[in-house]
Amino acid sequence: MSTGHMMADAPSKDAAAPVKDHSQVRQKEMIADHFDKLARAKEDGRKVVYTFVPGNLTELILSLDLLPVLPEINALQSGMRKKSAGYIAEAEKSGHSEDVCTYVKCDIGMMKSGNIGPTGQKLPEPDLLLLSYTGCFTFLKWFELLREEYHCPVVMLHVPYQPDGVITAAMRTYIVDQLEREVIPALEKLAGKTLDRNELSRRLALSAQAEDDLVAVWESAKHSPSPIDGYFGGVYYIGPIFSAFRGSEGAVDYYRELRQECEARVALNLGPMTPDGQLDDQKYRLVVEGPPNWTSFNDFWHMFSKEKAVVVASTYTRVGGLYDSGPDGKGFRHDPARPLETLADYCLGCYTNLGLPSRIDLLERYVRDYKADGFLINSVKSCNSFSAGQLLILREVERRTGVPGGFIESDLVDPRYFGKANIENRVQSFLQMLQARRGRVLQADVRGSQPSAAL
Amino acid sequence: MKLGLNPQQVLSEALGPSGAMRVTVGIDLGSTTTKSILLDPGGEIVGRGITNSRSNYAVAAAVARQEALTAVRFSMLGRVLDAAGADAVALQQPLSEAFRLQLYLGELDALRDEIAGLLLKPGFAANRAVLAPAADEVLRRMRLSAPALFGPGADRKSDFFRDIAGQAFVKEAEDLASGGQVPFERLVGLYDRAILDVETRIETRDFAELLGIAARQLLPAGPSADWLAAVVAAVGRAPIEEVAFVGTGYGRQTLPFPKETVRSEILCHGRGAHRVFSGTRTVLDIGGQDTKAIQVDSSGVVTSFQMNDRCAAGCGRYLGYIADELNLGLHELGPLALQAKKQTRVNSTCTVFAGAELRERLALGQRREDILAGLHRAIMLRAMSILARSGGIADQFTFTGGVCNNPMAVKVLRELVAQTYGDHITVNTHSSSIYMGALGAAMYALDDHREGRGGILPTFAVAQAA
Ligand code: SF4
Repeated sequence: MSTGHMMADAPSKDAAAPVKDHSQVRQKEMIADHFDKLARAKEDGRKVVYTFVPGNLTELILSLDLLPVLPEINALQSGMRKKSAGYIAEAEKSGHSEDVCTYVKCDIGMMKSGNIGPTGQKLPEPDLLLLSYTGCFTFLKWFELLREEYHCPVVMLHVPYQPDGVITAAMRTYIVDQLEREVIPALEKLAGKTLDRNELSRRLALSAQAEDDLVAVWESAKHSPSPIDGYFGGVYYIGPIFSAFRGSEGAVDYYRELRQECEARVALNLGPMTPDGQLDDQKYRLVVEGPPNWTSFNDFWHMFSKEKAVVVASTYTRVGGLYDSGPDGKGFRHDPARPLETLADYCLGCYTNLGLPSRIDLLERYVRDYKADGFLINSVKSCNSFSAGQLLILREVERRTGVPGGFIESDLVDPRYFGKANIENRVQSFLQMLQARRGRVLQADVRGSQPSAAL
Repeated sequence: MKLGLNPQQVLSEALGPSGAMRVTVGIDLGSTTTKSILLDPGGEIVGRGITNSRSNYAVAAAVARQEALTAVRFSMLGRVLDAAGADAVALQQPLSEAFRLQLYLGELDALRDEIAGLLLKPGFAANRAVLAPAADEVLRRMRLSAPALFGPGADRKSDFFRDIAGQAFVKEAEDLASGGQVPFERLVGLYDRAILDVETRIETRDFAELLGIAARQLLPAGPSADWLAAVVAAVGRAPIEEVAFVGTGYGRQTLPFPKETVRSEILCHGRGAHRVFSGTRTVLDIGGQDTKAIQVDSSGVVTSFQMNDRCAAGCGRYLGYIADELNLGLHELGPLALQAKKQTRVNSTCTVFAGAELRERLALGQRREDILAGLHRAIMLRAMSILARSGGIADQFTFTGGVCNNPMAVKVLRELVAQTYGDHITVNTHSSSIYMGALGAAMYALDDHREGRGGILPTFAVAQAA
């Protein structure tokens, strides 16, 4: 799915004169620089690999001096820049049904409209499509479509589904074999050089460093008030690590700085910046499951921040890697000593590759560990990987934790599925429900089961 | 009648040391109707009011509240009359009807003024000479026939001025037009335009004055009439203090209430339904624009809920479209569907497609009753799915909202509930279930008041516009 998020601009631009964190500025520069490189790729003679966020092999790509493009991120960016409706219409015109994942249609529509990326620069065509398949069948179809358009080779990495939350040696070997026999040779051929395994390990060590800091950022939300919003703010935080920068010095610097900013806020008991300014006074702590809506992202966030609700943990921000709390309760960390095995484990552990029991366990841990007052599911129409079984998740997490759940429906980047009044109604009702259930002294109106004559 | 009874004294006893009737106010602004409930400090319902939601929400809220306040005064009146003996109690009903008649006449005056104003507009220049006297005549006849609408045994199809007056206007206009001199369509067109403005005015009514007129018409001059006049004056003057307010309703962001007084309709409906049927654990509310399935705990606090998404398929409005399509009144659908011999299988709960499917089936010669039965089943199946998503049905189950006044909807729902969840489930419906949201709102207002943070009561000042 979905994922990370490279923001050209932060949401706080709408808020009342917020002071931008320096990490935000840094991220913006990193992204601008990357898109510059992409725009110049052809003239610089650099090769371009399109790939997906979950199960992305960025360290490998970077070690071979290739440039990654992540179509999901372009799609969500198009959503935020209000371009997705037009792109989706374009794709539907060429025959894609209303039921196709809107990321796919948005990407196809963007391509058909000149492939202008989030920074306004034209994106280079792919030289290779690296199809890491983690749990979502749509990924296969998506790159099949791109292959038709670009007439370029596809190399597939098939990641077996993790139904029981256990990575077996066979699963790992299966992936490592594919890496050795197909993926690495294909990438080497494209790069025109052999993979330097030391370089790969060096990058994996950088990944692990950034991952440590990212986990510290997530866990800072255990503090009250939470110094971060782990969902609406969180999608900005995952930008570098879920996209083109994992395993780079830039990402290490970014996450170190981000962590320091969070720690500074914790020390001062400050909350995160939101569309309603800095949220220090937090009335509700929530855990959220499911991706956000991108077309009305700020409106959506505002529905929470104006009610002083902060998200302390979310599963969506784990789609590109589960570093804080894997199925076995321990977080995954890239291990430079076992480069290919560690890439295998990384891919296997992505959130969309996990079965319902693992997802329920994870949500349960988040609700407890982060002392949440409630948890909320945003069920998006596009994404079956995420949405199938969510009601079951809701009931089960409620049953296990005793914490009330809420349910809203929207979509990723199709604005037709964002019913603002309906969603707002549900969000407010949900929050008021939490409030009403929080030990408010209700006056008992105990009567018989017969209707009161007065009504 | 105990003519020696001092009404002031009875009231003082009823009002307690504060000398004022304290009430908390709940208003539920729905897409079709607006409801208000007033509670006394003990949580007893002391007044309720309802009106059509019309184009101006603030007016609708003000009118519903006004109705409820009137009801409070009538309940005070009831206490005094109770204390005065059986013959006094017997006055209550006729007084109330006579009072309604006075209100009606007042609104007819407003209608007359509006129509007169309209006729001055240039658009009517050509027809003014015919229309003006015709409209006067229609209104004159309406006044004459008004008492029959409010007498004993009067059968009003609706209590909303728009409906009662509309029906009377059309009848008199038809009569008049049958002579061939007066254009019927244009006359009714006048009404249609004028009523919009009449409806968006807020009439300040003086309860004591109107009830005084009503009382004088009821009793001949004499000691009884004097005593009643004193009662009316005392009741009309008794202070009512609105101490807290909560508003709720459909599309809450446009509600004319201060933010801190707004409560989610889901919370309000759940709580109201639980108050009326205290065994309630699951509530289904089908209103004009949405369907909500709500689970509540033993105190009536919501534990979980689901509602329809953007699409209003299967809501009250859907039945409205069907009724329009068949040229029937909304309240006729259910009874007609009950006469079905079999249920036609209807595929679409989509409001847009249902009309087409209906026409198609009628064209195929299927019976209207059978198709209607199928349509009812289709929308209730949708409600069942929303219920299932909310966590299913636990005993007891309470069905509320406008659609629960439809007997076929209730019948189908009972069958489906028994099939799906077993026939041990108690299914509650209540003829006044349309008030559940307002009741819940008033209860939340009372909580707020008891916690010393009662919401500010809006003045609805904006309502004078238009
Ligand atoms: S269906 Fe979901 S996981 Fe699959 S491509 Fe679309 S958004 Fe991603």
